[in-house]
Amino acid sequence: MKNMKTKQLDRRSFIKVSALAGGGMLIAFYTDNGLLAQQRGPAPAPTPINPNTYIKVHPDNTFTIVAKNPETGQGIRNSLPMIIADEFDVDWKQVKIEQADRDDKYGRDMGAPTVGQIEGGSTATPQNYQPMRNVGATARAMMVAAAAKQWNVPASDVTTGSGIVTHTPTRRTATYASLAQTALTMPVPELSSVKLKDPKDFKIIGKPTPGVDNFAIVTGKPSFSIDVNPPGMLHAVYEKCPVFGGKAVSANLDEIKKLPGVRHAFIVAASPDPTPAPAGAPPAPNVRWASGVAIVADNWWLANNARKSLKPVWDEGPVASQSSAGYLAQAKQLSSTQASQTPAGGTPRSAKEGDAEAAFKTAAKIVEAEYAFPLLSHAPLEPQNSTAHYKDGKLEIWSPSQIPQIANAAVPAGIQNSDVTFHMVRAGGGFGRRLVSEYDIEVSKIARLVTDERAKQGLPSAPVKLLWTREDDIHHDNYRPAGFHYFKAGLDASGKLIAFRDYVASHGTTSVIPANEFPRGFVANFWVSEGQITPYGIPTGALRAPSTNGVSFVMQSFIDEIAVEAGKDPLQYRLDLLANPLVPAPPASPNSFGAPFNAQRAIGVLEAVRDMSGWKNRDKLPKGTGLGTAFQFAHSGYVAYVVEAAVTADKKLKVNKAWAAIDIGSQIVNPSEAANLVQGGFIEAMSHMMAWEITIDRGRVVQNNFSQYQPTRMSQAPPSIEVKFLKTDFTPTGLGEPSLPPAVPAISNAIFAATGIRIRSLPLGNQGYRWT
Amino acid sequence: MAYKLTVNGKSQTVDVPGEMPLLWVLRDVLNMKGTKFGCGIGACGACTVHVGNKAVRACQTPVSTVNADVKTIEGLSTDGSHPLQKAWLEVDVPQCGYCQAGQLMSAAALLASKPKPTDSDIDAAMSGNVCRCGTYLRIREAIHVAANGRKS
Ligand code: FES
Ligand code: FES
Repeated sequence: MKNMKTKQLDRRSFIKVSALAGGGMLIAFYTDNGLLAQQRGPAPAPTPINPNTYIKVHPDNTFTIVAKNPETGQGIRNSLPMIIADEFDVDWKQVKIEQADRDDKYGRDMGAPTVGQIEGGSTATPQNYQPMRNVGATARAMMVAAAAKQWNVPASDVTTGSGIVTHTPTRRTATYASLAQTALTMPVPELSSVKLKDPKDFKIIGKPTPGVDNFAIVTGKPSFSIDVNPPGMLHAVYEKCPVFGGKAVSANLDEIKKLPGVRHAFIVAASPDPTPAPAGAPPAPNVRWASGVAIVADNWWLANNARKSLKPVWDEGPVASQSSAGYLAQAKQLSSTQASQTPAGGTPRSAKEGDAEAAFKTAAKIVEAEYAFPLLSHAPLEPQNSTAHYKDGKLEIWSPSQIPQIANAAVPAGIQNSDVTFHMVRAGGGFGRRLVSEYDIEVSKIARLVTDERAKQGLPSAPVKLLWTREDDIHHDNYRPAGFHYFKAGLDASGKLIAFRDYVASHGTTSVIPANEFPRGFVANFWVSEGQITPYGIPTGALRAPSTNGVSFVMQSFIDEIAVEAGKDPLQYRLDLLANPLVPAPPASPNSFGAPFNAQRAIGVLEAVRDMSGWKNRDKLPKGTGLGTAFQFAHSGYVAYVVEAAVTADKKLKVNKAWAAIDIGSQIVNPSEAANLVQGGFIEAMSHMMAWEITIDRGRVVQNNFSQYQPTRMSQAPPSIEVKFLKTDFTPTGLGEPSLPPAVPAISNAIFAATGIRIRSLPLGNQGYRWT
Repeated sequence: MAYKLTVNGKSQTVDVPGEMPLLWVLRDVLNMKGTKFGCGIGACGACTVHVGNKAVRACQTPVSTVNADVKTIEGLSTDGSHPLQKAWLEVDVPQCGYCQAGQLMSAAALLASKPKPTDSDIDAAMSGNVCRCGTYLRIREAIHVAANGRKS
C-alpha cells in the first residue's frame, strides 16, 4: 500500500489511510475500544495489532463498510455498519457490507480478553456504539478537511451529506471519492477534535433498516455456515459417546470404510489433559474435545447413513450412573437441611441482609412455595457445523461461532494461531449455543487427520465439512442448568413484604439468583443461599439471558404469589416495593452498560406496560381469561410484559395478546430488528413454558429431536405482541437477551389470573396443558 | 442408480441410492444450498420444497419416489420478484433467516391453492415450519401483504 500514514490518536487508537488499487481509498482504524477500557478498568495488555479496516471509498462514490462481529440473527451485521455510515454521512443505499474475518486486530471486548468479535451477552451494541461512531465521524472529518484544502476555504463553511461535500456559500460540491487522493495527503484529525452528530440529525441510526442479507435469504443464495462449499469438500459426521464424558474405545472401522462413498473412518482420541503452564507463563488456551468416531464420505447423507452400521464400543465413565430423578432427590435432600456450605469445586453465592428467620416469627402471614425449572437445550435451527481445510501446515476454517476463537482451530490441528485463517459465516441462530464451539475444534482435528491420512495414500488434501444431526445437537449441548428454588416470604398485617428467603439447589453458576436480584434492596430481611448438586456430569452453559432466563420465572412468579396473598394488585405491589428502597439509590450515571439495578427504570417499564395493556380493566375479562405481568432487569436492559391468556377447563392454553415495554436507553439503532427480536424472545418463552425440557437418564439425554422438544409453532403464536421502547437518557444497551426472561412468568402469572392455578414448575406439557 | 429429475425447470440426472432423500440430492449432489436441513425427521419444515404443486419435506422424500417436477427456493424466482419474496423483504421478516426458505415454499404452496388466506388458513398451512427465532407474526403479515398488497 502506498501513501500509508499512521497516526496515533490516543494511547490505543490508530488511524491509517491508504490508496486502493484502481483509485479510491481505504480508511483503517484501530480503536481497541479505548473508551471501554476506561469505562471498565484496565484492559489486558494489548497484543501487537495491525490496524483494522472499516471503510473503503470506491471511485464510483460507493462505500464498503466492514461488519466486524459474527451474525447469528440479531442483525449486528446491519447495526454496526449503520452506525459508521450515519456518522460518515453517506446514504445507506451507497453502502455494501463486508463481513470481517476473525482477527485480533479488531480489538477486545468485555468478558473475553482475547476476542473483539463476539455475539453474546447483549454486548455488541453497548460496546461498539461509541467506537463505531468515532470511526464514521473521523472518516467524515477527513473528507471535510480534504475539501477545505482543495477549495482553500474554511472547514466550517463545508457540509456533508450522501457522500458529497458541499461548500455552502458557493454550492460547490465534491464527492468523497474525488477527495480521496487529497485526503490521503492530509494529517489525520485528533479524535478529540472530531465532532459527532447530534442524535437528532441521525439519518440511518434509529430508522427501520431491513437485514442486509435478506435478499440472499429469500432467494436461497448460499448464506449460512452449512452452505460453505469449497471445491473438493468431503463430508464428516462425528459420533460421540451418548454418556457425557464417555470415550470411544473401538469400532468396526474396517466394515465402515467399505460402505458406499466412505473415504475415511477413524477414532479421535480425547484431548490430552491440560498441562499446567510453567510459573509466570500465560495459561495455554483451554481447547478440549471429546473422543468419538469420525466418518468422512463423499456426501453428508452417505456419511450419516454409515452410522447405522457403526458398532462403537464406549467406555461410558462415571456419569452413566446419574439421572434427572437423582438430581431432584438430591435437591430435595439439600433443601431439607438447607445446607449452605459449598461443596468442593462449587462457589458460594449468598446474600443475607437483616434477619429473615427472626422476621418470619413476627410475620402475620407466611407464604411458602417450591419452584423448579429444567435443563434446556438451545436448539438453533441450523445444526452445529463447521468447515476446515488443513493443507501444508496451515488451516482455513469457516465457522458459525458466536465467539470465534482461533485457538479452537490451531490447537487441535497442531499448528500456531498465525497459521489459521478464520472466516466468520452467518449462523442459523445462536441463543448461546455457539458460545461453545466444539464443532470448530472437532472439524479442525478431523481435517488435520484426513489430510494426513490422504497424504499417506498419495492423495491431495481436502476440505472437510462436519455437520451434526439434530440428535447430535440435542444430545451434546451445554445445557441451561436446571434450578430448584425453595421460597419463604413473611408479610406483616398490612401485606407488606418483611422477609424473603430463597434456598437454591443447583449446579454450575447460571441458574442461581444474581446477588442483586429484585426484591433484594427492597425488603428489610433478605436471605438467599445455595447448595450444589454433586456429582453433576452434565455440561452446562449460557442460554439467551443466562441466569435470568430461569430465575425470572421463579422470582417473578413468587412475587406474584406474595402480592395475591397480600390481597394486592400484583403490578402495583411491584411498583410499591420498587418505590421504597431500603437505602436511597445513588444518582444514576447515564452510562448504563453493566450498571447496577435502577428501580426508576423498572418502574418506568412497569407503568408503561400497565398503561398500554389496559391492566386496570382486567376484571372485565371473560371467565377463564386473565392478565399476568412480570418485569426483569437483564443484561443492562429493563423489560416488563403484560400477557393475556385464556385457559379452558381441560387445560387448553392460548396466549391472546402480549404487551412489552422496554428501556434499553436513548437510542434503538435498528427499530425493525429490535421489534423482531422482542417478539422472538416472547415466542421462545412460549417454548420454555409449554414443551422444553431435557431429562437425563443413565448419564444421557432422553430427548432426541424436535418431536420431543417442540418449539412454538405458528398456530400458537399470538396475533399481536405490542412492543414499546421508552427512550431514556441512558447509553444504549443490547437487546438480544433481555426480552426473553420476564415473558415466562408473565405467561404463568396470566394463567393464574385466568384459573387460580399457580404454575410452579416447567414445562406445562408435563402437567396436562396443551396449546389450543 | 440413475434418477432423472426436473428441478426448477431444468432436467438433471443423478446417480445415487434410491433411498437418498431429495434434500441431500439437492444440497450435496446438485449443489443447491437454498433448501435447508433442520431435523431430518419431518418435524421442522426447513427442507420444504414443491414436488408437483405440493409442499413436501425433502428430508422425508426418497429420490426414487419423486414423480413430478421439483421446485426449490432457488426456483421461486432468482431475482426476488415472487410476490412472497417481495413481501418478505418489505416486512423485513428474517432474524437468523435459516427457516425462511422453507417458510416461503410452504407459503407459496398455500397461496397457489388459496390466494386470499385467512389467519387460520395461514396457521394451518404454516405450522409444520418451525421458526426458532420466532418471526411468526411477520410471516403472517408478509403472507397477507403478498396476497392483498400492503394492509395499511
Ligand atoms: S429437515 Fe426436513 S422437516 Fe426438518
Ligand atoms: S429466522 Fe431464525 S429460524 Fe426463522
